[in-house]
Amino acid sequence: MDFEPSSEQQMLIDQVRRFVREEIIPLEAKLDPDSSELPPDDFKRLTDKTKAMGLFGIDIPREFGGPDIDIVTRVLLAIEMAQHRAGLYVPCYGTFGGAGLAQIFEANEDQKERYLYPTLRGEKKAFFGLTEPSGGSDPARAIQTRAERKDNGWVLNGSKIFISNADRAQYGIVFARTDASKGRAGITCFIVDSDTPGFHVRRVVHTLRSSHYATELEFKDCWVSDHQVLGEVNKGFAVANDRLTRQRIPYAAGCIGVAIAAHEMAIEWAKMRTTFGEKLANRQAVQWMLVDNEIDIRTARHFTLEAAEKARRGLPFRTEAAIAKLTASEGGGRVVDRAMQIHGGMGMTKDLPLERWYREMRIRRVGEGPSEVQRMVIAREILGSNLR
Amino acid sequence: MSIRLRLDKPWQLLTAEAAARLPGQLGVYQIADAKGAILYIGQAGARSPFGLRSELLREAKERGAGCQFRVEVNMQYRSRWFELLMVHQADHGALPPDNAKNPPPVLGRLSPA
Repeated sequence: MDFEPSSEQQMLIDQVRRFVREEIIPLEAKLDPDSSELPPDDFKRLTDKTKAMGLFGIDIPREFGGPDIDIVTRVLLAIEMAQHRAGLYVPCYGTFGGAGLAQIFEANEDQKERYLYPTLRGEKKAFFGLTEPSGGSDPARAIQTRAERKDNGWVLNGSKIFISNADRAQYGIVFARTDASKGRAGITCFIVDSDTPGFHVRRVVHTLRSSHYATELEFKDCWVSDHQVLGEVNKGFAVANDRLTRQRIPYAAGCIGVAIAAHEMAIEWAKMRTTFGEKLANRQAVQWMLVDNEIDIRTARHFTLEAAEKARRGLPFRTEAAIAKLTASEGGGRVVDRAMQIHGGMGMTKDLPLERWYREMRIRRVGEGPSEVQRMVIAREILGSNLR
Repeated sequence: MSIRLRLDKPWQLLTAEAAARLPGQLGVYQIADAKGAILYIGQAGARSPFGLRSELLREAKERGAGCQFRVEVNMQYRSRWFELLMVHQADHGALPPDNAKNPPPVLGRLSPA
């Protein structure tokens, strides 16, 4: 496969690269190093710019008003959009729009009017409520939040953890067990308004990603009507699985973007910094670190574009997405680590973005399916799914 | 495992001398009036030259006599700051008066147990 960008793709890449370097990075210099938000005036000004560029709502399909961007191009742009301090978890501070994992394109018409369209217009925010204290790697078995039939609806009881944006969202999609006897075929996805009685955001969960925090939720006799079921009863796992598989490709792209930015910083520093009368760039130990960075980045880029290309062509891409997520999150972490080593003491400080990338990149090996689960997915493909 | 949502250490009188003894670390702090009513919840982020010490020295100078303070050293100063603001809003129905004058751009809602 040829992954050289077409002239049209290159034009978009250049456009986004300029936006990051001329608009985002200068603003970031004035913010706290752990910030994840722009001041409202700047956010509006830059969102108006992405709209004028025709790139607002970048993940939204064309039939819902999004720009007509295929997933390969989306990956190339995601690599660019991540190349700033907050870029791993908040690429361009959200100025390209979108609703992430909570885009509910399978909603019925009534749900689309109430939730999807306002979200796509940027009027509502949503969260994705899957992971529970009992575990996130194997949601089909770990989900203990129950939904029981009552009064033409469902009563939810249970808790969720590591849920981003739940404290700021107007609604979320929440996965609950509706049939305890059926495993993954007993899970239903519900749309839950955040002002529903019995829905509580209990606390902030403090992690290495101290800027863009997650929360813990509790559902206590939280009643939702039948109209709030997304898709069909007992078929919610497919909704979660679809999100998680598709998300792995842009997730990998973000890691590559940050790795490229860290690598470029390390190259510049190695060319400039002198120790014991010699530039770091002339030391074989440093050269080899830079070579390993280059290999990690190229490997991750190749596998991520391969996964995207398969998805674009409508071919199965589950294994390729797992390989992409694995190589990009693990390789990206190694690149940032080496870049810090090359920078020495300065690499550890909050003066540079490396320490934030180091902390956040560590989470990437766990978030959206840990490395071990990606390896399980790949192993099943190698060994044959009948081994399960 | 107990998780402490609220900053409930004893108050100390806010003076330049007390602030000067603080560590130069990242963290969060609260300022209260003489009766213990919280006036402001702040953070000592990475832009503070000497972390909590710098912030509290500035607060002591600007506010003068009659205030109290308490601090928490915390590397996750930013998410902890948001959490303290949200908990205060849940407990009191509003932000502390000095935060309300210049609230953060986006603040979520917590309903702590």
